[in-house]
Amino acid sequence: MTAPILDIRGLDLSFDMFEGRSHVLRQVALTVGAGQRVALVGESGCGKSVLLRAILGLLDRRKRVMTGEIRFDGTDLVRERESGLRAIRGSRISMIFQDPSSSLNPVFTIADQLTEVILRHGTAKTTQAALALATSALRLVAIDEPERVLASYPFQLSGGMNQRVMITMALINRPRLVLADEPGTALDVTIQEQTLRLMRRLTTDIGAAVLMVTHNLGVVREFAEYVYVMYAGTIVEHGPVDELLESPRHPYTAALLAAVPRLDGHSLPRPIAGTVPNFLSPPPGCRFQPRCPHARPACDAPPPMLTVAAGHEVACVLHAEKVAA
Amino acid sequence: MSPRRMNPARISLRRLLHNRHWYRFSRNSLSLVGLLMVLTITLAALFAPWVAPYPGNAGPGVDFAHASQPPSRAHWFGTDISGRDELSRVIFGYRVSLSVGVIVLAIAVPIGVVVGLLAGYYRDWVEMVLMRVTDVFLSVPPLVLALAILGVLAPSLRNAMLAIAAMWWPWYARLIFNITRTLTGQGYVVAAKVLGASDAHILFVEILPNCMASLLTKITLDIGFVILTAASLGFLGLGVQAPTPELGSMVAEGAQNLPDLWWMSVFPGLGILVAVLGFNLLGDGLRDLMDVEV
Amino acid sequence: MNLPRYLVRRLFACLATFVGVSILIFGIARVIPGDPARIALGPTATDEQVREFRIQLGLDQPLPQQYAHYVSGLLHGDLGVSLYTNAPVARDLRAGFPATFELVLVATLFMVGIGIPLGVIAARHRDGAADNVIRLGALLGVVTPSFVWAVLLMLVFSDYLGWLPIDGRLSETVSPPPSVTGLYLVDSLLAGQPHVFLNALEHIILPATALSLASIGQTTRLTRANVAEAYASPYIEMARAYGISGRRIASRYALRPALIPTLTILGLDIAAKLGNAFLVETVFGWPGMAQYGVQAILHKDLNGIVGTVLVIAAFFLVINMIVDAAVTVLDPRIRLGAQGA
Repeated sequence: MTAPILDIRGLDLSFDMFEGRSHVLRQVALTVGAGQRVALVGESGCGKSVLLRAILGLLDRRKRVMTGEIRFDGTDLVRERESGLRAIRGSRISMIFQDPSSSLNPVFTIADQLTEVILRHGTAKTTQAALALATSALRLVAIDEPERVLASYPFQLSGGMNQRVMITMALINRPRLVLADEPGTALDVTIQEQTLRLMRRLTTDIGAAVLMVTHNLGVVREFAEYVYVMYAGTIVEHGPVDELLESPRHPYTAALLAAVPRLDGHSLPRPIAGTVPNFLSPPPGCRFQPRCPHARPACDAPPPMLTVAAGHEVACVLHAEKVAA
Repeated sequence: MSPRRMNPARISLRRLLHNRHWYRFSRNSLSLVGLLMVLTITLAALFAPWVAPYPGNAGPGVDFAHASQPPSRAHWFGTDISGRDELSRVIFGYRVSLSVGVIVLAIAVPIGVVVGLLAGYYRDWVEMVLMRVTDVFLSVPPLVLALAILGVLAPSLRNAMLAIAAMWWPWYARLIFNITRTLTGQGYVVAAKVLGASDAHILFVEILPNCMASLLTKITLDIGFVILTAASLGFLGLGVQAPTPELGSMVAEGAQNLPDLWWMSVFPGLGILVAVLGFNLLGDGLRDLMDVEV
Repeated sequence: MNLPRYLVRRLFACLATFVGVSILIFGIARVIPGDPARIALGPTATDEQVREFRIQLGLDQPLPQQYAHYVSGLLHGDLGVSLYTNAPVARDLRAGFPATFELVLVATLFMVGIGIPLGVIAARHRDGAADNVIRLGALLGVVTPSFVWAVLLMLVFSDYLGWLPIDGRLSETVSPPPSVTGLYLVDSLLAGQPHVFLNALEHIILPATALSLASIGQTTRLTRANVAEAYASPYIEMARAYGISGRRIASRYALRPALIPTLTILGLDIAAKLGNAFLVETVFGWPGMAQYGVQAILHKDLNGIVGTVLVIAAFFLVINMIVDAAVTVLDPRIRLGAQGA
């Protein structure tokens, strides 16, 4: 396999808060290949959005404690200076946010905001050139009247339109990697589908890799080639999408799939009993242990990541026994 | 869920007394400083005859032997041209200032609250009339209105308080109007109406408690600003009349003797500053604590 | 939304309010006090004199008639005759207006030019050392009465250091520039008299500072709060995620949304300054409208009081209207209304 564009190794992230230290991410390891579409799935509050922000260095330096490596195209983003990160943000790595209407500045026109991003990273050198670029880019996201949209303010446009503007902004400087934080979640389902299709097409066109964070397994199946499953700040399983959804190996992944309502009417969705752990004092071993039906004493230690098939790994002691046997 | 349970005010008042929030308040050290300042000033004012070193100097009196003396160990704030101890006069001045603050708000707040409640609840023409009147009062810069009133009435402590109350009530009307207007559409108000509660009941039992957080915060902040306004009027000679000590008029007296007898102006001035600062810090702390908009 | 129609509607609302204000002031001047004539003449006047004076003032007529007479006088620019200076009130006010206007104008410039940048700096470094210092300073500005500032400034800069004078708008030896706007700072520049400009500047700095310190404090706190709120918004996180520098975010992307609510309060703040002008002008002997008003009050000059209050209220209403119009124009959400896609 070619060298990955994003390689996260052994990432630990904690926040110093009023009540104590919150251990949000533990030993996260994640790889995204060039041009690959990777999903990161997990429930709300599991830390997946925090991970995206950690990659771009958007977290408050005063309160965060981060160790490990985030290798992007040869640079370790954990150790990189703010000025270096600023050069990367929006040009080589860009981010698509959850709610497009509130992520765009309400008192600036779309033209102002797009040209700012273009000029900032030198993709065009003059305002005219930037505007021309913005206009043609908006056509690519199926906006028929780009001039009108450019002259508008975000509140004048629909959620779906703003979403397409945001995609345009994310891709306009032709990044190598796009981070997507639950795109389309704030919009209705048909728009979300349209968004995913657009993103697939456009990122393939420019050869950008995508790391998409979502809590929706349908989105994973629809969009991604490879998927990481996160629970309470730890990666519990990862593999090719079809393979993993077909035969999930981790109890949590299996439970997630069982919790999805189905149209075949055969069974009701089964919720997962229990609640997420307290990040201030998380379980020392497997973080899913308190809720896992297969919990055993071996789970008291951090579970090893084991290969169960090609490119498919699980962090669960259940499979250690199988492998050993 | 019963209308009672749905009403957030019942929950928030209980929260106020809960330990966790006292803990949060006390962590904010500036609020504690404010509380301390307010308590000190209030106690000093209440027990002025016992706290002041020369209580007799509060009223008229001459002691030319000790007149116009700079700050010394005997007179921490110096003496004025009649020989009276400035420190004692400042402490008694706090008495006047605090009473003005309390009385003015005791007049202005009920008027403003009632106006706001009625306008926000009944809407339509009631709102139009009441809020137009409020707007008219708010169109005159506050101090100017008070000055105009005092201009036509004889300057005295009583008239000064009336004048300040007249300029203050519209702010409460507007605050309560905005809150009431929002709340009238809320579920528990509609539920109470459907259950047959009288308007008075709704206004005073369902809506008013929800205004308490904003009201308390605003009142605390306002005590300080009323003191400031009273001092401004006193500075112009329109408030309390001599020889009663009032911080503003003391600054004015001292101003005539600048720069030589600087302590006559500076210490009463600092006294005003300390009082307003204390209430302000306390009010800010309350606002952060209760997370309200005033 | 139709901008001209909105402005016309606002104008009518303003006029209606002004009518209300005139009724209020009239009520205060005629209805509240027991006997305005007696008050004006003092306790030593005889009953006969008071009665004659009452007729002279038109107080024997029924109230609505008095009010109508009063309004018709207003429309002709006649604010009556001062019972103290015996000169037409309108003339005295016109003489004092430029001085007060210039003072308030300079104080407003200080407020905007110092308050807003300080607020932005405080918000950008929130919870840091700069923030705490700025906030403390702003708080001190707000809680200290303007007359205390006036006295302190006078003591330090004039009496103690001797740097700045406190004798009116210009030194006795300097004659005022030819009057174009009535503002010495502007007129002296227009007439090419730099030495007059400097002299006027010297004289206005202390009173303008005393007048503006409370406003600067308030503006700083408000700007800081609004900018800090903008900083917590998703669109600022997005700006950072696209590599926009901290400085550009502070001066542009966080400031502009925050300016709009700050601007709204500006009008109220000018009201506060108009009120405090009475105090500051008295301390510095500034020959403005406000000082005239104070003298009118101290001498129970009813016409003078009423005239001053009306002019100030009208001025304030006009300022408010301008500020509202500015906010409407600046905030695209209001200007363009519900023209959704």
